Amino acid sequence: MNTLPQQLANGLFLGSMYGLIAIGYTMVYGIVQLINFAHGEIFMTGGFGALSVYIWLPGNTSMWLALPLMLAGGAVVAVLVAVGAERFAYRPLRGAPRLAPLITAIGLSLALQQAVFNWYPDAKTDRVFPQLPFGPYHIGSVRIQSGDIFLVVAAILCMTALAFFVRLSRTGRAMQATAQDPDTAQLMGIDTNRIIVIAFAIGGLFAAVAGVAYGLKYGSVKYDMGFQAGLKAFTAAVLGGIGNIYGAMLGGLVLGVAEAMATAYIADIPGMEQLGGQGWASVWAFVLLILVLLFRPQGLLGERVADRA
Amino acid sequence: MTALLEVEDLKVAYGKIEAVKGISFSVEAGQVVTLIGTNGAGKTTTLRTLSGLLKPSSGRVVFDGKPLSGVPAHKIVSLGLAHSPEGRHIFPRLSIMENLQLGAFLRKDKDGIEKDIQRAYDLFPILGERRKQAAGTLSGGEQQMLAMGRALMSQPKLLMLDEPSMGLSPIMMQKIMATIAELKAQGTTILLVEQNAQAALSLADQGHVMEIGNIVLSGSGQDLLHDESVRKAYLGED
Repeated sequence: MNTLPQQLANGLFLGSMYGLIAIGYTMVYGIVQLINFAHGEIFMTGGFGALSVYIWLPGNTSMWLALPLMLAGGAVVAVLVAVGAERFAYRPLRGAPRLAPLITAIGLSLALQQAVFNWYPDAKTDRVFPQLPFGPYHIGSVRIQSGDIFLVVAAILCMTALAFFVRLSRTGRAMQATAQDPDTAQLMGIDTNRIIVIAFAIGGLFAAVAGVAYGLKYGSVKYDMGFQAGLKAFTAAVLGGIGNIYGAMLGGLVLGVAEAMATAYIADIPGMEQLGGQGWASVWAFVLLILVLLFRPQGLLGERVADRA
Repeated sequence: MTALLEVEDLKVAYGKIEAVKGISFSVEAGQVVTLIGTNGAGKTTTLRTLSGLLKPSSGRVVFDGKPLSGVPAHKIVSLGLAHSPEGRHIFPRLSIMENLQLGAFLRKDKDGIEKDIQRAYDLFPILGERRKQAAGTLSGGEQQMLAMGRALMSQPKLLMLDEPSMGLSPIMMQKIMATIAELKAQGTTILLVEQNAQAALSLADQGHVMEIGNIVLSGSGQDLLHDESVRKAYLGED
């Protein structure tokens, strides 16, 4: 089980999830310079939205039919929450000092957790999430579960679609312009408010996909699942260079692999026997973040700030 | 005859500080009108208000027969008012061609856009040679050309240029001014904000001198060029 290829695979699966969530942080930051700390909860509501659809479907529905509907349901919920947050929590504070929207984001994050905790049926502990009816598969010594396959396929599809959208579509071009210079983008005739809403919506959509993937991978969803995952994804976004969508995905993968490797192998280093294992995974993730920030503050793929002038 | 742009008692404030204190002027179609004055006179604030980036505290702006009050910035360009901002503000990580295409963001006529991009390359051959290059790698003068080319891409009825010669070498400055003269000869209506008063006034049909938020002197470009107080204050003569 604890082979190097297995750990590498585990890291890539986990990293794909971080990357999907990190896209939301990085797109919103790239366009409005706001860290949406409620994004982890948007991911969580996506998972619960999908679960709700599953519960609502007849009990004998095939998972192959249920999954697309669950994805759609999760996406609708997460996008509505994300766009609603922009419209009612962040937009009124645009132009306010940076601290104001940041505190709002933290407040919104807690409010969303508590709303699900109190009002979603039986959400005070883990809610069991349905599983895909295939796998696990073994490739050599590597064991791959159905949830992991979904995760990797979803991450590749989402990322490819986003790259094409940003590069080739008219709206994508408008997003790039708005990220680089919002005032001048308006002078070109770009409705920057609309672009901001789209950035939040795409972030919500990807978070919902990640939320479903989380449920499939771990077999349950929980009201506070967005806290850790959100923090890690934020780390991934910074690691990759915040504002850069490829950086977010790369940062997620690097972080996931680093975490898996540290968990498995740190304890083998003489003198560090106590510092391995799952309990220390987050510590090593943040150590990596600190190192990158020390030696490459703009992140792996980040542009130097001077380019913005 | 009504003017293309009519500004009446325009006031703009940043918080409690009034940067523009009630100015009136107009621009007729085909004219080049210039606002000159020192730093902080309110010239840039005036242009940013006309293009909708700032909200006036009072006053009236009528462009092409339509009042502009309450019209958001992204809709103003579609009325035919283009603004090449101070400091150029090209999109640094997009290519020259992509910058020009963004200038035509609201246009649907693909062939026309293609033709106008070609026209920008004819006007500024260096842009054509480097069309795929990221705009942030251009020199200041080249960025200024791109900013002007981009503003022209919306086929404006009125082109507003804010400090096009700022920070440029004397040779580049001459080149930019020659281009403005060329645009004027082609019939483009231009509202020009410049610190280089000599160059601006020699080009302009009409000039207005701004001082701390007010227009203190108006006249034809030639009159102002020969006005003693203007020569003293802005053309470095005593």
